[in-house]
Amino acid sequence: MNINITKYYYGDIPEEKGGGNTAKTESTANWPLWEVFIRSKQGLDHKHVGSLHATDAAMAIENARDVYTRRMEGISIWVVESKYIHASSPDDAAAFYEPANDKVYRHPTFYDLPDELKHM
Amino acid sequence: MSVQELEKIFQQKIDQEIKIEPKDWMPEAYRKTLVRQISQHAHSEIIGMLPEGNWITRAPSLKRKAILLAKVQDEAGHGLYLYAATETLGTSREQTMDDLHSGKAKYSSIFNYPTLTWGDIGAIGWLVDGAAILNQVMLCRTSYGPYSRANIRICKEESFHQRQGFEILLVLSQGTPEQKAICQDAINRWWWPSLMMFGPKDGESTHSEQSTIWKIKRKSNDELRQQFVNMIAEQVKILGMTLPDADLKYNEQTKNYEFGEIDWNEFWNVVKGNGPCNKQRLDTRRKAHENGAWVRAAAEAHSAKRAARKQEQAKVA
Repeated sequence: MNINITKYYYGDIPEEKGGGNTAKTESTANWPLWEVFIRSKQGLDHKHVGSLHATDAAMAIENARDVYTRRMEGISIWVVESKYIHASSPDDAAAFYEPANDKVYRHPTFYDLPDELKHM
Repeated sequence: MSVQELEKIFQQKIDQEIKIEPKDWMPEAYRKTLVRQISQHAHSEIIGMLPEGNWITRAPSLKRKAILLAKVQDEAGHGLYLYAATETLGTSREQTMDDLHSGKAKYSSIFNYPTLTWGDIGAIGWLVDGAAILNQVMLCRTSYGPYSRANIRICKEESFHQRQGFEILLVLSQGTPEQKAICQDAINRWWWPSLMMFGPKDGESTHSEQSTIWKIKRKSNDELRQQFVNMIAEQVKILGMTLPDADLKYNEQTKNYEFGEIDWNEFWNVVKGNGPCNKQRLDTRRKAHENGAWVRAAAEAHSAKRAARKQEQAKVA
């Protein structure tokens, strides 16, 4: 049996000869970058999920909803403009966290207690 | 500290499976490789919307339209996760977009093939997304933190894409003789380009070796390709269709499906810009960006107005 399938070139093959449009696109001013934090349900912390560009906070929140909560992943959104985030430096990490390094007595396992001792 | 020492510490971290984060020291070449790979990945998500977008208005039912619309929207989101990951490496979003629009940056060649029938939308979901998923599952464990996290997010969303594609074909495969023919025809046209998605053979892949040492990649092109063939060769039986490869056969000893030679001429041709739709895709993408200029301008005007109003209210109060 000979079956004819109709094939549509709609949108896929250039209507005119597809001469490349080489016009340079205009450069709008760079919109600020925002970091997005989402609370997935009541009782949990907001957690960093990613970042996006937006003109202001209201737009950043709306975009964050569209990008990061399409499947009900959140019930609350925080956005912070990235430039306001200050971070510790990875290069200084060793010295920076050194004070905690020799204080094993801060951990419960440091204390050697008899096995008979219950509920502690 | 000397560069050699820094490089040694860097490689030790990688060997110990410690992820590299944006502010950590990294070799320039590592940064460059990531920028190239992640932005290519991002561009593929964005250009990938076009062949499917062509079918949103022509999908056969309201249900299929809604599903396809959701899928294409997901791809835009995936593009954004990846662009954001590129930015953590110190490349601006604008630069990355400009490189796409000028034709300097590449994207996956698969999207330079046309979508001619509804069956193609099924084949893209099943084969193209199927191939992409194998790659992205591997990339969830990549050594660069932001890229790894983007892939984890993508993989969570992507499995619906593959399942909806297979379901489209399943329905066609149980339909009229014409629908069955559409199903087989779509598989025939998308099979070989899907195999090409994994890139050149291991021996001929330029970036592979270093990327493996840096644990950007964890499986070779040929390994992933074989995994894909093994998977699809079984799944196609459920459709009652065949793959267009006379040499395809199961090898009892290796437990792998052997397959025929890929047409690498075609592969390089499409990569170099001579595929059926290369020009069309870039033109459409540029046009979309240009036509969106007024939306961006309006958004800026709107937030300026909002800020002014706020100031006004503050004065009154």
